[in-house]
Amino acid sequence: MTIEPNAEAAHALAERVRAGERAAISEALNAVDDNRASHQPARLALLDALAPDASGIRVGVTGAPGAGKSTLLDALVSGLRARGRSVGVLAVDPSSQRTGGALLGDRMRLGSSARDAGVFLRSLAARDQLGGLSEITGPSLDVLSAALDYVFVETVGVGQSEAQVIDVVDTLVFVAQPAAGDLIQFMKAGILEWPDLFFVNKSDLGDVATRAAAELRAGLDLGHRRDPDRVPPVLCGSARDGLGIDALIDGIEEHTVYLGSGGGGDARRRAGRLARVEQALLARYGRYGVAQLGPAKRLATRVEQAGDVSVERIVDDLGREIEDALRGAGAPGDADGA
Amino acid sequence: MSSIASRPERDRPWMFRTYSGHSSAKASNALYRSNLAKGQTGLSVAFDLPTQTGYDSDHPLSRGEVGKVGVPICHIDDMQVLFDEIPLEKMNTSMTINATAAWLLSLYVATAERQGTDQSALRGTTQNDIIKEYLSRGTFVFPPEASMRLTSEIVSYTVDHVPNWNPMNVCSYHLQEAGATPVQEIAYSMANAISILDVVREMPDVDHDTLSRVFGRISFFLNAGIRFVEEMCKCRAMNRLWEEIGRERYGITNEKMLRLRYGVQVNSLGLTEAQPENNIIRIALEALGVTLSKRARTRSLQLPAWNEALGLPRPWDQQLSLRTQQILAYETDLLEYGDLFDGSHVVETKTDQLLDEARQELQAVLDMGGAVTAVENAYMKQKLVESQTGRLRAIESGDLTVVGVNAYEEAVDSPLVEEGAGSILKVDESAERDQIEALEAFRNRRNEAEAERALANLESVIKNGGNIMAPSIEAAKAGVTTGEWSQVLRDVFGEYRAPTGVVAAPVSEASEDVSQVRKRVDDLSTRLGRRLKILVGKPGLDGHSNGAEQIAVKARDVGMEVVYDGIRLTPQEIVQSAQDEGVHVIGLSILSGSHGVLVTDVVEKLAAAGMGDLPVVVGGIIPEDDARKLEEAGVRRVYTPKDFDLTRIMDEIVDVVAESNAG
Repeated sequence: MTIEPNAEAAHALAERVRAGERAAISEALNAVDDNRASHQPARLALLDALAPDASGIRVGVTGAPGAGKSTLLDALVSGLRARGRSVGVLAVDPSSQRTGGALLGDRMRLGSSARDAGVFLRSLAARDQLGGLSEITGPSLDVLSAALDYVFVETVGVGQSEAQVIDVVDTLVFVAQPAAGDLIQFMKAGILEWPDLFFVNKSDLGDVATRAAAELRAGLDLGHRRDPDRVPPVLCGSARDGLGIDALIDGIEEHTVYLGSGGGGDARRRAGRLARVEQALLARYGRYGVAQLGPAKRLATRVEQAGDVSVERIVDDLGREIEDALRGAGAPGDADGA
Repeated sequence: MSSIASRPERDRPWMFRTYSGHSSAKASNALYRSNLAKGQTGLSVAFDLPTQTGYDSDHPLSRGEVGKVGVPICHIDDMQVLFDEIPLEKMNTSMTINATAAWLLSLYVATAERQGTDQSALRGTTQNDIIKEYLSRGTFVFPPEASMRLTSEIVSYTVDHVPNWNPMNVCSYHLQEAGATPVQEIAYSMANAISILDVVREMPDVDHDTLSRVFGRISFFLNAGIRFVEEMCKCRAMNRLWEEIGRERYGITNEKMLRLRYGVQVNSLGLTEAQPENNIIRIALEALGVTLSKRARTRSLQLPAWNEALGLPRPWDQQLSLRTQQILAYETDLLEYGDLFDGSHVVETKTDQLLDEARQELQAVLDMGGAVTAVENAYMKQKLVESQTGRLRAIESGDLTVVGVNAYEEAVDSPLVEEGAGSILKVDESAERDQIEALEAFRNRRNEAEAERALANLESVIKNGGNIMAPSIEAAKAGVTTGEWSQVLRDVFGEYRAPTGVVAAPVSEASEDVSQVRKRVDDLSTRLGRRLKILVGKPGLDGHSNGAEQIAVKARDVGMEVVYDGIRLTPQEIVQSAQDEGVHVIGLSILSGSHGVLVTDVVEKLAAAGMGDLPVVVGGIIPEDDARKLEEAGVRRVYTPKDFDLTRIMDEIVDVVAESNAG
């Protein structure tokens, strides 16, 4: 049975999401995660309805295991709550490759802020994405950022996930722990070119932390940066003791202002949308399939021209084209796009 | 009785205790006096969960928990009633208290003073072992560093002012309940004791003589399971390892101080709900494991009651446990001989083997930075969850025989639990209300200014790094309450949430049953449009998280996405979490007996949030009558300790979710 796309229902739900209604946010998150073929029209209609003004600020928090990401996130959430902001958190945990099952423990690690009524927390299993970011991270962030002032996404591990998380966030915060040798490793891994802000945690360790921050600043001066016009600030503090958190929040806010006033915010969101479309198409149809759409530049133009619709809608439309092309022109498309 | 006990050719028996306390100070006092009259020789106080976690009886988190698993003690008058007509000068009192140990000891000291007894004459034990609270029992409050400070301050205070007190009872008991093998039990408890002794050694006013006395005052609290030969060898191995640590690590030479002193509560984990009378035999055999070998004989023994897996034991059930001890000590000839196993190659070989393996595991923990580090990085917790998972899988597969549970299940109905036998104790539901009223009256009659002054002084002493005991004793006398004292510490130290250890648990090799359930989960997930997601939650103050953790791991193993929120959640938090996470089912675990209030509250709040059709299943120590009531209130399934087959539980959870999403 196919459920007819109901734009009216989608708009009604999107309206409730924007009003911050808890039950609606949850319902919408469930809906964007629904992979039944019969529910795709409703899913796309909802994402389209949310797409135009998902105005919440999206922040990625990344760093090596043990650097204190969860503790920092907890402190950031508390700090933003104290400033009267509503906050959403998307926590991504690894799934078992063998069973599909997953233990999602982030809510517990987050501590007190997970119990605040002004905080919405959803954990996601990374499912089949080895790099750590689940394919529904993007759409889930679209829902949360329509409802809340700030939305955080915490990723597991270091490496592949930074390059992916950058496609779905406005600001990427890197949490570093002051341990010798770490920074060299990060530079080698090419991780330092992505973050917009660095936070050297555990400043209570004293000299080691100061030295780590200095090394980091030196490394950033030398190395590649995503934005040549801006040197990302390196802040110090202690998430556990709540030190440096206010400065970090100020830093995030400043970066938001920067992006919105000539700092390339629109370009960044556009690039992110394009990357998401590309990745989704590649995952489904492979290089050969995507090549059916013509040269890469054309894909970029197509995504731009699509306007205010959701990434998933673009993927769906372009996917249909690819399928048609693969079948030979003129063959009827599969209505469900599955 | 005394004429036999004092016969010269017999050894003096160990101390007989029964872990008890419930409802109110008055009811518990009556129970203690009656137990002492029956020949019990020491007291073992069970406190309720609010008291253990530092909340007054009228705190929102205390709701449903007051007087359930022990006695509520909010202030000095409660303590005075608890020991009414029990002369503390002559009593040996063991208090199962950890995060708030300094406070309850302060109330005890202040109460003794009211009775006219100086603290220097007091004998007894504060459990005061926070590491195992993080690992197993869950009544921790403060972060590890602050907790170690509190423990070491109680140790350094008592060694001078309450010299016959055992300030810290290092518990391997709860490690076994959490799944520890004998080797893990030995290694982790030793690592734990070392973590405190190392702190004490570094204290400015501690010289070698003090350290030696402190070493001699540290006692242990062991478990004894049904494999009683191995358990006996475990005790012998611990004796030797403790002495070794004393000599080598701390340079202790005084033989008396080097002797391992320990008490025992025999295993509750192995007690079964099926054919519960079998537990009477299990308990007696387990008692043998810690009394047979004179060299490794316990100093004091607590036996659980046969019906612990069913609910709260009645006085008669506790009496049977006491009689078991008395028969063993006074009727048998056990105490007429030296060590029965000296020269036994079999026992020596087993002991050596345990000792070797325990040394290695202890070294592994010390190498990573000691017990505190191994708590924070969840190493020990993961090891325990692994062992426990292995044990439960062995019971499911039948590799481990449990009579009446996975073997010899055919049985006639037990007359002990038949309809109308009243086989468990019901806590008077008015206990909580009475306690709160009494607390309000106490607050009204105390000198408010004096209490405030005492609290301010407490805060300033803690902040300036002074010893917590003196200002706490003053606060006890000034009428400060348990919740107020704890709040000062919460403000200064912060609160801690411990790692659950479940995240890293390895996925099991799938048996045929597991594969079948996995297939069902996959199919249902496809039908639902996203993977079946379950919330495993522990409402209330009960911190025994082992059951919830095993359910979480199993659910993951059969392919569900599991949100595990850890312990100490209010019903409101559980409902919010279920909503945020978009789960298909909620599994609640409660062992404290507060299921009535807490589960009903969750169900009502779900309905109020528009999630009335979200199915809820419950597991815990839940008497049959209560289970029926819960089902009437809308709970879909109720599981009790007799439901040991976790795979079958998962299968039923799939049914429940399928039913809720039909059509």
